[in-house]
Amino acid sequence: MAHLEFEKPLVELEERIRELKVYGVRDAGLDGELERLVTQIESLQREVYDQLTVWQKVQLSRHPDRPYFMEYVDRIFDDVIELHGDRAFADDAAIVAGFARLDGDTVAIIGHQKGRTTKEKVRRNFGMAHPEGYRKAMRVMKLAARFGRPILTFIDTPGAYPGVGAEERGQSEAIGASLACMAGLGVPVIACVIGEGGSGGALALGVANTVLMLEFATYSVITPEGCASILWRDGALAPRAAEQLKLLASDALRLGIVDGVVEEPRGGAHRDPDEAATRLREALVRALGDLKGQSPQELIDGRYAKFRAMGVTAGG
Amino acid sequence: MPLFGKTKADVDASEKKTLGRGVFRKCDECNVTLRAEDFTSNHEVCPECGHHYRLSGEAWVELLLDPGSFTETDTGILSKDPLSFVDSKRYPDRLVASRKKTGLEDAMIVGEGTLLGRPIQLGTFLFRFMGGSMGSVVGEKITRLFERGYEKKQPVVLLSASGGARMQEGALSLMQMAKTVGALRKLREEANMPFVSVLLNPTTGGVAASFALLGDINIAEPRALIGFAGARVIENTIRQKLPEGFQRAEFLMEHGMVDVIAERQRMRATIARFLSHLLD
Ligand SMILES: [Zn+2]
Repeated sequence: MAHLEFEKPLVELEERIRELKVYGVRDAGLDGELERLVTQIESLQREVYDQLTVWQKVQLSRHPDRPYFMEYVDRIFDDVIELHGDRAFADDAAIVAGFARLDGDTVAIIGHQKGRTTKEKVRRNFGMAHPEGYRKAMRVMKLAARFGRPILTFIDTPGAYPGVGAEERGQSEAIGASLACMAGLGVPVIACVIGEGGSGGALALGVANTVLMLEFATYSVITPEGCASILWRDGALAPRAAEQLKLLASDALRLGIVDGVVEEPRGGAHRDPDEAATRLREALVRALGDLKGQSPQELIDGRYAKFRAMGVTAGG
Repeated sequence: MPLFGKTKADVDASEKKTLGRGVFRKCDECNVTLRAEDFTSNHEVCPECGHHYRLSGEAWVELLLDPGSFTETDTGILSKDPLSFVDSKRYPDRLVASRKKTGLEDAMIVGEGTLLGRPIQLGTFLFRFMGGSMGSVVGEKITRLFERGYEKKQPVVLLSASGGARMQEGALSLMQMAKTVGALRKLREEANMPFVSVLLNPTTGGVAASFALLGDINIAEPRALIGFAGARVIENTIRQKLPEGFQRAEFLMEHGMVDVIAERQRMRATIARFLSHLLD
């Protein structure tokens, strides 16, 4: 387990409680101590978790123990089968795509996948896709649409990869094409930002009829680090940029960018991944249910109208 | 075809003052000094070396469309400040300052006119307004441009010159990418009308990664910088210097991303020929 700075006092208390429960309960004299610690941790939890700063929430969205796409897949879906490759250049492991069953019905699932171990992080390029990742996603989305299967996407990326090969192979075109592809899908599409919703690389999987966001996920036009280095030529001012960017789930809901926020277990999804997955599953099932019975054209038109309304202007 | 000799190439300090007043102008690329009007009458292309300097959006409209045929649409749409964004300035103050400095409402003109007699919908970025960045206003105007092409069954020509999404409107700017591309999809798929994307210097970030590379025909200006990620970001990521010519129009041509590189003087004819091949 890795811990953020503000998590440490809580984790220490939790460990002491665990120890007391294992060794101490037999010793009647320690009951009072246990009770005292439980009360203490509850008030400390309130103090820490209910007053997280914007930057602390950004850190939670990138927490090293935060559940990734495939960890939700394991808990939510059955009969999962992955599809590989864009049929043109490569199989980009930063995006995983395939089919699975949700309550017995087939859906396509597509998401960014960060790595857990160092080796896997490198293989998956920290969840930063190349053009072939988006082209694989498009291939699977079109396939799902042909056979009338709903599409669920899971967004968790710092951004599309900024590299020489990515530019050579048309990162811009791939993202733009994915936006166009998703706009034209005649099946229900639900997207959920589960971690980092980093810029165009995130939006490329985000043109959905229903867009959800986990409580401690972020959705932003630029990373706070990138924003700070442009505005103040100093990436270390990222916490200040994060406050300006209004990138939290609560902000996205207020700005009309997402339709719903899925509450996470107290302190973040990593504190209880099973519970987080249960809540996400419920939200997905509900969102799918709400879209049931719509014709392909209604789904396309509804998605268009939803994004058409985004933006804040005066006059004209 | 220099109309004025190269004798002024090495100017001293006193002559630079004259340059500043706009009588003479030195080309930063080839160092030739010519009369300023030799650049303007050549649409901001150096008559000596052919370097393409930025041409204003208004001048582009004049260059491309039949004289007097342009009607601007969708004016009076203004940005708000949904994020209460403050960097060195409050965003509303930045907008006011930009409007005052440029005389523009925001970074996009859209409208309709004729190109060699053919009615088209035309849009162009105005780079001098906050680097042509795309926020809610730019996104709304481009969406309406594509929608009007769809409704009137007319081709759309859009000239991009933009650093990307406008940071000061946060994720709302990001969403303009999905919104504009959605409208573009309708133009193409539902109205079967062509989209000609003209890529000017620079076309990067969220503008590149939405509609700009999705032209049925992609036309770039020589040497235009076109790409998703900024060179500095890429260099910091890969910890290497980027090769000369990286992300330039010629690089994109080589990698199959643009159909043609057209010099400014040939742009109007090039667009017209493509539209004729598709529509006549
Ligand atoms: Zn020159």
